[in-house]
Amino acid sequence: MKIFVCLKQVPDTETKIKIAADGSGIDTAGIKWVMNPYDEHAVEEAVKFKEKNAGAQVFAITSGPKARAVEALRTALAMGADEAIVINSPENLDAYSTAKALAQAITAEGGAHLIFAGKLSIDANQSSVPQMVAEFLNIPHTSVVSKTEYTAENVTVERDVEGGAKEVVQMVNPSLIAANKGLNMPRYASLPGIMKAKKKVIKEVEFSSLGIAGTEQKVKYAGFSLPPEKPAVKLLTGDAASQVSQLITALRDEAKVL
Amino acid sequence: MSKVLVFTEFQNGNLKRSSQELLQFAATTGKPVVALALGSQAKTGAAQLAHHGAQEVLLCADTAYDAYNPELFSVAAAEAIQQAGASLVLASASSSGKDLFPRVAAKIGAGVVSDGTEITVSGDDVKVKKPMYAGKCFATAQFENAATKIVLMRANQLPVAAADTSKTATITEHAFTKPSLKTLIKEVVKGASEKLDLTEANVVVSGGRGLKEAANFSMLNDLASVLGATVGASRAVVDAGWVGHSMQVGQTGKTVAPTLYIAVGISGAIQHLAGMSGSKVIVAINNDPNAPIFQKATYGIVGDAFEIVPKLTEEFKKILAH
Ligand SMILES: Cc1cc2nc3c(=O)[nH]c(=O)nc-3n(C[C@H](O)[C@H](O)[C@H](O)COP(=O)(O)OP(=O)(O)OC[C@H]3O[C@@H](n4cnc5c(N)ncnc54)[C@H](O)[C@@H]3O)c2cc1C
Repeated sequence: MKIFVCLKQVPDTETKIKIAADGSGIDTAGIKWVMNPYDEHAVEEAVKFKEKNAGAQVFAITSGPKARAVEALRTALAMGADEAIVINSPENLDAYSTAKALAQAITAEGGAHLIFAGKLSIDANQSSVPQMVAEFLNIPHTSVVSKTEYTAENVTVERDVEGGAKEVVQMVNPSLIAANKGLNMPRYASLPGIMKAKKKVIKEVEFSSLGIAGTEQKVKYAGFSLPPEKPAVKLLTGDAASQVSQLITALRDEAKVL
Repeated sequence: MSKVLVFTEFQNGNLKRSSQELLQFAATTGKPVVALALGSQAKTGAAQLAHHGAQEVLLCADTAYDAYNPELFSVAAAEAIQQAGASLVLASASSSGKDLFPRVAAKIGAGVVSDGTEITVSGDDVKVKKPMYAGKCFATAQFENAATKIVLMRANQLPVAAADTSKTATITEHAFTKPSLKTLIKEVVKGASEKLDLTEANVVVSGGRGLKEAANFSMLNDLASVLGATVGASRAVVDAGWVGHSMQVGQTGKTVAPTLYIAVGISGAIQHLAGMSGSKVIVAINNDPNAPIFQKATYGIVGDAFEIVPKLTEEFKKILAH
């Protein structure tokens, strides 16, 4: 039983973003890269599933520039994934062609019983790849999942929606689950796990070998810019009562938000 | 001329503000505006679609569409786009919008841009400004190789004028193909709050570890109910289990863009700032004058939250009463 986890290597959440001089992207010099935080939950869920289901095998898969993307796969292997596949892809592929590549590679491996992914990658901010992978594979999906329950044929999940509401969704497997933060507590990779992961061979697939046409790139990002500088804070003065009344006046008469 | 299709959403029989924004924006493009409305609320609410700028309404009042189901909805949306001959599709970056349209895009070979904060449409050219890295920077997305362009706009980014009740639309009832479903919605469990979601709220009051313990969130709830605000939180208090993770604001929480954001006892870590610095006016209340939150705040109160917040609630009560 093959379980796939789609994941991505992204800039660490601490990163201060700088823009490349020509505005074509961010300046990646000196960036520390980490596994996308939501994908950690996806890996954890896959490994937990494997621990409870004898015969399940976890494949971590990513699409991205190989040198950097394999690091996320090493982390997944150290957390307990069995195999790893990197689709060596150009920088800044869009969600559509990324999803197509992932779906094709998963099919080439014989398909999946379950696929896990994070609900969003914190760099492109798109929340698109998991849903697209599901569509390309013609399987059901649920995104923003914070609870799961498995049987042989089905998985029942809870999906977080607006205002703290939850949808309880049952899917026939094979299915795809895109993880939200509350799903589980990702484990830390153990030292033996890290040592073992270093020795594993990561299977490489060239994006160019997948026959995905240039026309399957649908969206391009340009004109990167930083948010406008905020004027310096206005610190209110005096005792609590006076600070509060200054604030109310400012919100009403100056900022005009009341 | 190619049309704009707007995917509309209702809540308690009323057209959501985010859908009003999209319809009114669509009307400014000069292209014919088609509203897609699914579910039984859509029938009673169909007139509202016209009042905000729809010229045509594609309506399917079948109760099968009352709860969101990605398989069912993606087939309906794809058929509607084809039937309308829409080259531009607008939807809200709501939980269903964000879940649905990537799937639709994959189905029909369209491009999709999620979480737009600005959009310009000129003829066939569509440009969307959107936050990347949770708002640490912005980029402009452009489409290529996409006969259909799908844009998911964040709520509260476009102006809304009053409804024009004199306007009418052609309403076509339509049954879309129902695929055999592998996804079953078993139950929709209502949230604790009937308030607007953080991502749609116009006022957000957020608390952090400075509140000392879970019970003290009641102080924020009081302030929020006076302001009609939605309550958010830092990750530190979500991880501590004081509040649910649906309330987390930040890089791994929700990105919010209210008119007013009040941060109480939140230090302002980079991951928190990422999620809220797009707010128009930011008020920080913190007893540490060196807290990084003050670098992003519009107004700062250096002081004890336990003294300031109740006073603030009282004062707001007074002025908002008249
Ligand atoms: C991968 C990753 C992702 C993350 N994602 C997020 C995210 O999405 N959102 C997020 O918020 N964080 C996120 N964080 C965590 C972030 O780094 C901070 O740890 C967190 O934001 C701190 O929360 P806090 O400000 O409530 O707590 P603290 O940093 O403990 O700050 C508490 C503040 O309260 C003040 N205070 C104390 N007592 C009082 C009082 N009586 N009155 C007034 N003020 C008082 C203190 O001066 C202090 O500034 C993430 C971290 C990582 C590693």
